[in-house]
Amino acid sequence: MDNSSEMILRVAGLQSLIDLLRAQAWVVVGPTVRDGAIVHAPIESVDQLPRGIGDLQDGGSYRLRQRGDEALFGYSVGPQGWKSLLFPSRELLWSGQRDGADVAVEPAVVDPPRLALLGVRSCDLHAIAIHDRVLTERAVPDAAYAARRDNIFVVAVTCSDPGGTCFCVSMGTGPVPDRGFDLALTELLDPAGHRFLVVPGTARGAQVLDELRALAADEAAMPADEPDRLAARDVGAQAALRMGRALDVDGIRDLLYANTEHPQWEDVASRCLACTNCTLVCPTCFCTSVDDVGDLTGSTTERWRVWDSCFNTDFSYLHGGSVRSSVSSRYRQWATHKLASWVDQFGTSGCVGCGRCITWCPAAIDITAEVAAIRSRED
Amino acid sequence: MADQSRPKLAVWKFASCDGCQLTLLNCEDELIPLAGEVEIAYFPEATRAVIEGPYDVSLVEGSVTTDADAERIHEVRRVSRRLITIGACATSGGIQALRNFSDVAEYRSVVYAHPEYIQTLARSTPIAAHVTVDFELHGCPIDSGQLLEVLAAAVQDRRPRIPSYSVCVECKRRGAVCVAVAHGTPCLGPVTQAGCGALCPAYARGCYGCFGPQDTPNTQSLADRLHVQGMTEPNILRFFRSFNAGSEPFRHESEQHEEAAL
Repeated sequence: MDNSSEMILRVAGLQSLIDLLRAQAWVVVGPTVRDGAIVHAPIESVDQLPRGIGDLQDGGSYRLRQRGDEALFGYSVGPQGWKSLLFPSRELLWSGQRDGADVAVEPAVVDPPRLALLGVRSCDLHAIAIHDRVLTERAVPDAAYAARRDNIFVVAVTCSDPGGTCFCVSMGTGPVPDRGFDLALTELLDPAGHRFLVVPGTARGAQVLDELRALAADEAAMPADEPDRLAARDVGAQAALRMGRALDVDGIRDLLYANTEHPQWEDVASRCLACTNCTLVCPTCFCTSVDDVGDLTGSTTERWRVWDSCFNTDFSYLHGGSVRSSVSSRYRQWATHKLASWVDQFGTSGCVGCGRCITWCPAAIDITAEVAAIRSRED
Repeated sequence: MADQSRPKLAVWKFASCDGCQLTLLNCEDELIPLAGEVEIAYFPEATRAVIEGPYDVSLVEGSVTTDADAERIHEVRRVSRRLITIGACATSGGIQALRNFSDVAEYRSVVYAHPEYIQTLARSTPIAAHVTVDFELHGCPIDSGQLLEVLAAAVQDRRPRIPSYSVCVECKRRGAVCVAVAHGTPCLGPVTQAGCGALCPAYARGCYGCFGPQDTPNTQSLADRLHVQGMTEPNILRFFRSFNAGSEPFRHESEQHEEAAL
């Protein structure tokens, strides 16, 4: 894309973008405040965005705060990734009816909504790319995921105020969106005014910008100039310097493979609640189980796929018992898969450095600290 | 009605509030199909009609708190092919197991005008402390969907599909914001078994532990965290002493805070 397609939007121009996407039959899903956190919900207006709201994040702690400015994207990632939209927590696979000796099986109908995701951070773009690899590029693609994935329009945003548990710089996944978006915004709050630099990432995104140019009022949408571009670059550069956490990934795969019996696994198990929160907030964790739900008469049944977790005892249940009965073995399995064997399995790390597993762990366990402890005291 | 091919169901009450039996009556739309699959043979809360045992499936509500009940539960076991306990009272002793940490004789003398009329044991104990139990369904009260699943499994002679993981799993699946992390609200969810659908956290309340301990409960870590967040020792003790105070992990954890709570 050449620079000429880039645009500056005022807040009214962002509203025009939302209106345009909605007019093109997209359901716009964006950040909004609910129950003391920034979550994703269908939105129609910029007034539903978390204006002036930031967050304070640390191990096991998340609080919203007033920023004292008008920023609409001045927060770090909230509890939910976009996983629940593309890979729902509960999904019907098929249902069956028994009539005497006859059994009829009805596959579930996948009717994906057209979703325009607004405000996707770079870490989450990388997470979606990892899910694409895991769920659609193996021998048996997940057709329902693929159908949902084909029906999204992505409006990314440069992270301007990373959270206390963020470490995307360590993982090479942010904070500036570099791929996987139709449009990317950078929010600018400087003396030149509250505005957004918009960059197209796809032909489809560029076309939306062309239509927006024709639609929006002149003062709401205008061509970008060089100072705007420099200011936007600075937002990303400053954010990269303010990561709350860091993870030394040098040789991490071999480090974890070489330390399967490290005493730190028992240490972390003494704190781990085996509650599954880390895995369920992780935007790349994809483990599921199936629930067969029958009725009393045994005449109908439904097979549901549900989010599961390697921290659950029954997740590793094989004939005779669970393979990973100790919590230390479950934490080791999760961390080693995420940071080491994922590389062998899928060609990238399974961690995008979003920090959710740290923030949303009720016991404040920090994967960056656990790995550092193993590194500092190798077997 | 007496259909020899349908399994016979009995519902028994011990020391309890009847809420779990009511969960069965509250199944409403499912009650008629249920009556088609099982013969409701003994259920005094619903009908005075009694069909004699033995019974294929017995649901037992309540804990054992008297000598008479300690004997009666053996009779229930004798006439039941499959015995399923329902609710916190039957599975852990219930809220009345708070007596296990106190002096019942003293309570009796203070509360009742004629303490000599009160026949009660010093401890409230779960049914499994007295007889062999085939399946324990947790909850205070139990969940109607889980009850129907357990009954369907009994009728179909299969294992019930009742998860033993934490409330957090249900909380995250429904997209609720974690009250412990986002609000600092004390929550037993991480150490409590799922089954309620994360009802309280979804309404911004901490989990009260109605469904008892999950299968790998790290109560000590949760207590440490509550301490760091400013909860006092007496309150940590009380936090683990409610409907499932008598369950082994919650009992053990609460006792770790007795000395400091004095």
